[in-house]
Amino acid sequence: MSKYIVSVIQNIGHRVIESIWRLGVGSRFFLLVLLKSGTSLRRFNLVIRELYFTGVLSLIIIVVSGLFVGMVLGLQGYETLQKYGSESAVGTLVALSLVRELGPVVAALLFASRAGSAITAEIGLMKATEQLAAMGLMAVDPVARVVAPRFWAGVISMPLLAAIFSVMGVLGGYLVTVVFIGVDQGTYWSQMQSAVDFRFDILNGFIKSCFFGVAIAAIAVFEGYDAPPTAEGVSGATTRTVVTSSLAILGLDFILTAFMFRGVS
Amino acid sequence: MSSENLIEINDLNFSYSTRAILKGIHMTMPRGKVISIMGGSGSGKTTLLRLISGEIRPSAGYVKFSGDVVHELSRDKLFKLRRKMGMLFQFGALFTDLSVFDNVAFQMREHTDLPESMIRDLVLMKLDAVGLRGAHHLMPNELSGGMARRVALARSIALDPSLIMYDEPFTGLDPISLSVIGNLIRRLTDTLGMTSIVVTHDVQKSLKIVDYVYFIADGVIAAEGTPKEVMESTAPFVHQFIHGEEDGPVPFHYSGQSYRQDLDLGDTRV
Repeated sequence: MSKYIVSVIQNIGHRVIESIWRLGVGSRFFLLVLLKSGTSLRRFNLVIRELYFTGVLSLIIIVVSGLFVGMVLGLQGYETLQKYGSESAVGTLVALSLVRELGPVVAALLFASRAGSAITAEIGLMKATEQLAAMGLMAVDPVARVVAPRFWAGVISMPLLAAIFSVMGVLGGYLVTVVFIGVDQGTYWSQMQSAVDFRFDILNGFIKSCFFGVAIAAIAVFEGYDAPPTAEGVSGATTRTVVTSSLAILGLDFILTAFMFRGVS
Repeated sequence: MSSENLIEINDLNFSYSTRAILKGIHMTMPRGKVISIMGGSGSGKTTLLRLISGEIRPSAGYVKFSGDVVHELSRDKLFKLRRKMGMLFQFGALFTDLSVFDNVAFQMREHTDLPESMIRDLVLMKLDAVGLRGAHHLMPNELSGGMARRVALARSIALDPSLIMYDEPFTGLDPISLSVIGNLIRRLTDTLGMTSIVVTHDVQKSLKIVDYVYFIADGVIAAEGTPKEVMESTAPFVHQFIHGEEDGPVPFHYSGQSYRQDLDLGDTRV
């Protein structure tokens, strides 16, 4: 029995040490990517190319999800608010929920699943098929040429996609509450306009999405670059990107919300 | 160092943690020659290529390339040196997101300021040398294994290197593609005045095109000589390797406890 307990403790200790070690390696890699971002800035067309694959190709899922999330918010919000005779505040509810929380968070979760996993799989497969080694032997640094452009494309795409998600959500809410249910459209927009503050709501939501973008892109490129060069290795790395990014988004969201909206009412 | 030798390897040792892979290798590779490195799987051939290109550092000894000790070079100097090297990977390692044309143009765009019109002409010339000028618009996933290998060869000669290393260039090719790649290695070496190092298992094909052969076994050079010398060699390892014999100095059975012991027959005698 005591042997079993020792083995369990050893196992936990091993996992903790391994996680901390991996966090250290990941942090060093993140700094390396930042240091080697000169090529991406000088040859911005490399980033633009990746922006297409990372950002533009994620648009469909972001637009459709944003629209539906807004429609559900409008429907649920109207059902609850009308009980208290406050259905005119439905525009405010939809907009604040989206701009402060759901826009950045849901868009980030979708982005991690759609684009983060694709970045990891692509870099991991390039490693497994010796493309990164070939690049190094051609005296071209793969971190500067392959990793950094993908990282910056992720960082730039995320806030833009979150903004598009929120806009689509507001339109979805409008569609359900104003067009289908019949809430006055002047009330919908004016309540929203008076309640949503640029500094506290929109800017904070934007800052959140920037943090999420950095976290997702950094995790995705690290997992890809660090993936064992086998089919199983790449598949595991892709899964880790989605799981780690999702947890990082939710954890960061709590911390950022605590800092941003503390004492604001 | 002799100016005739592009590469000199002296007392080269390399270990992965405690497992010694190379133990005191000495080699010279003259300019303009095709050198073959042969040996069984896991004998350290590819490790040797990685040491020559400076991807890994030796535990002892050195590799000299044009008089420079490779592992002592700074990162910038190593990258400059690598512009004089080309490498053909086992399965080509073409960049799958770039077309055949862009793959061959990759190094020219990265390392030179040549205008696009000149890059176009140079790329088409390189592709013509491997017989694939007409395939310049294709993507790597549209190529056969042999074609991918030829495109990778065109890419590796893009900047007219002094050295090309071929890692198992004949693996998985049909007889025609195999012959094409073999002849290209010889022809490009002669016409461009490069040095070629061919790491291979393919005895019959490689002996026809190379100038000198090194056999590596157990981390040391087991034999060396011209193709004629190794064909006539009576050394047991060389004889087994060239004739593909099942048992010999390289045993059929992986070492372990006795057969009887494994079958629980109670007798520890082999």
